[in-house]
Amino acid sequence: MQEIKASMAGTVLNVMVGEGDAVTAGKELVMLESMKMEIPIEAVEEGTVAEVKVNVGDFVNEGDVLVTVK
Amino acid sequence: MKKILIANRGEIAERIIRTCSKLGLETVAVYSSADKDLPYVKQATVAYEIGDPPAAKSYLNQDKILRVASEENVDAIHPGYGFLSENAAFVRKINEQGITFIGPSADVVEAMGDKITARKTMQEAGVPVVPGSGEIVDVAEAIAFANEINYPIMLKAAAGGGGIGMQRCENDQELEKAFVSSQNRAKAYFGNGAMFVEKFIDDARHIEVQIVGDNHGNIVHMNERDCSIQRRNQKVLEEAPSPFLSKSTRIQIGEAALLAAKHVQYTNAGTVEFVMDKDENFYFLEMNTRLQVEHPITEETIGVDLVEWQINVAEGKALPLKQEDIQPTGHSIELRLYAEDPTSFMPSPGKIETLHFPKMEGVRIDSGYESGSTVSPFYDPMIAKIIVSGSSREEAIKRCTDFFSSFSLTGIKHNGPLFAQLLKEENFQQGKYSTSYLSKILVKK
Repeated sequence: MQEIKASMAGTVLNVMVGEGDAVTAGKELVMLESMKMEIPIEAVEEGTVAEVKVNVGDFVNEGDVLVTVK
Repeated sequence: MKKILIANRGEIAERIIRTCSKLGLETVAVYSSADKDLPYVKQATVAYEIGDPPAAKSYLNQDKILRVASEENVDAIHPGYGFLSENAAFVRKINEQGITFIGPSADVVEAMGDKITARKTMQEAGVPVVPGSGEIVDVAEAIAFANEINYPIMLKAAAGGGGIGMQRCENDQELEKAFVSSQNRAKAYFGNGAMFVEKFIDDARHIEVQIVGDNHGNIVHMNERDCSIQRRNQKVLEEAPSPFLSKSTRIQIGEAALLAAKHVQYTNAGTVEFVMDKDENFYFLEMNTRLQVEHPITEETIGVDLVEWQINVAEGKALPLKQEDIQPTGHSIELRLYAEDPTSFMPSPGKIETLHFPKMEGVRIDSGYESGSTVSPFYDPMIAKIIVSGSSREEAIKRCTDFFSSFSLTGIKHNGPLFAQLLKEENFQQGKYSTSYLSKILVKK
């Protein structure tokens, strides 16, 4: 199980995957916005999205789990 | 005028308060819960918390801000830059409440806010504009037009500006990939998905001209600022005068800005932005109907207080100077201190442990933070503007270098080290740079 975490504090601008989606390494899962900059959060390795833990508009802190991939 | 509400935050709120205090005017600050400890909140005569940290819930909440304005019975609202500063609907609501908006008319704000309308208006005025399209509705039309004017092109959002909502494309594949995502982003950000295509100008410089008009038909320009040192299409360092312009181009670009301003009967302070190629051909890019972040370098070289001019114009006074009385002297450089990694440019929000600006001759600091302040992830990463002036460009650069040798900021990452490096670069010292320069010197490193 991979836990995909926020690389910095920010607001969830977009969620590009849903539960059950197959993903490959480097696939953009979530777009965060911090200080007017868009920061893509990518899958580390291949797998299937087990859970999306955030919604568009949520504020997340650095280290918060955004998505889990199995 | 006795009392002014400032619909903004951070350094620009402090900057406006400074002039208001000088003029004996009371100030009303508004702040989100994230900003309650920032210096400007304490500096204002009174301050009101207006909502949660996200801008949509605080600094963009028009009704909330207008309610404070009405309760406090203010005479005028200064919008600063960003947030609601170029929102025509907000300007109209302010006027309907019988309050003065410190800026141009709602009609001008609206016309210049739509970049497609602005291009058309400037063409009618006889101002050269970048070769480009009108509104483009789908990707096929965008590709056809791009092939007509040849790649590279810039894909832009009609409602964009300030470096947001644009993407450079080299070929059909890139344009195809960028079009839908850019259009969706424009819809989400600006509530307007209208797109257009412009020719991308290689080795371009970004040169802009400060203008100010009054309600009596007088309009002056205050010469140019060179804003070509950029990252992600956003300015990092600006200087006045431009080290690049010939004397004849300087006169021509000033006249073009005046022509643009007169055509729309511009009032209050504004900026006409141009892109300039290596042969000094220049083209209208956009008009910013507000005070610009980098206005201090114009103030330092011309010897005026632009916020004071704005307030006086809003009160109906005539401009205090004629065009022939405006004579720039010396050289001024603004360095934008950002809370970000100096090489990757990734944001670095957090608590500032210590912030020390050395006091030096020729240095002016417009800051929004102090030791112990928190830079939150909700807004722009700018911490402060360091404005350094001298009798010549060489002297100004020398003073910048001295400044960064004793400047310190701890607790968060910042781009101070980038400036220290940039100031040593030979091409920068010789004034040889374009908008792609900053990313190139980082690659070289």
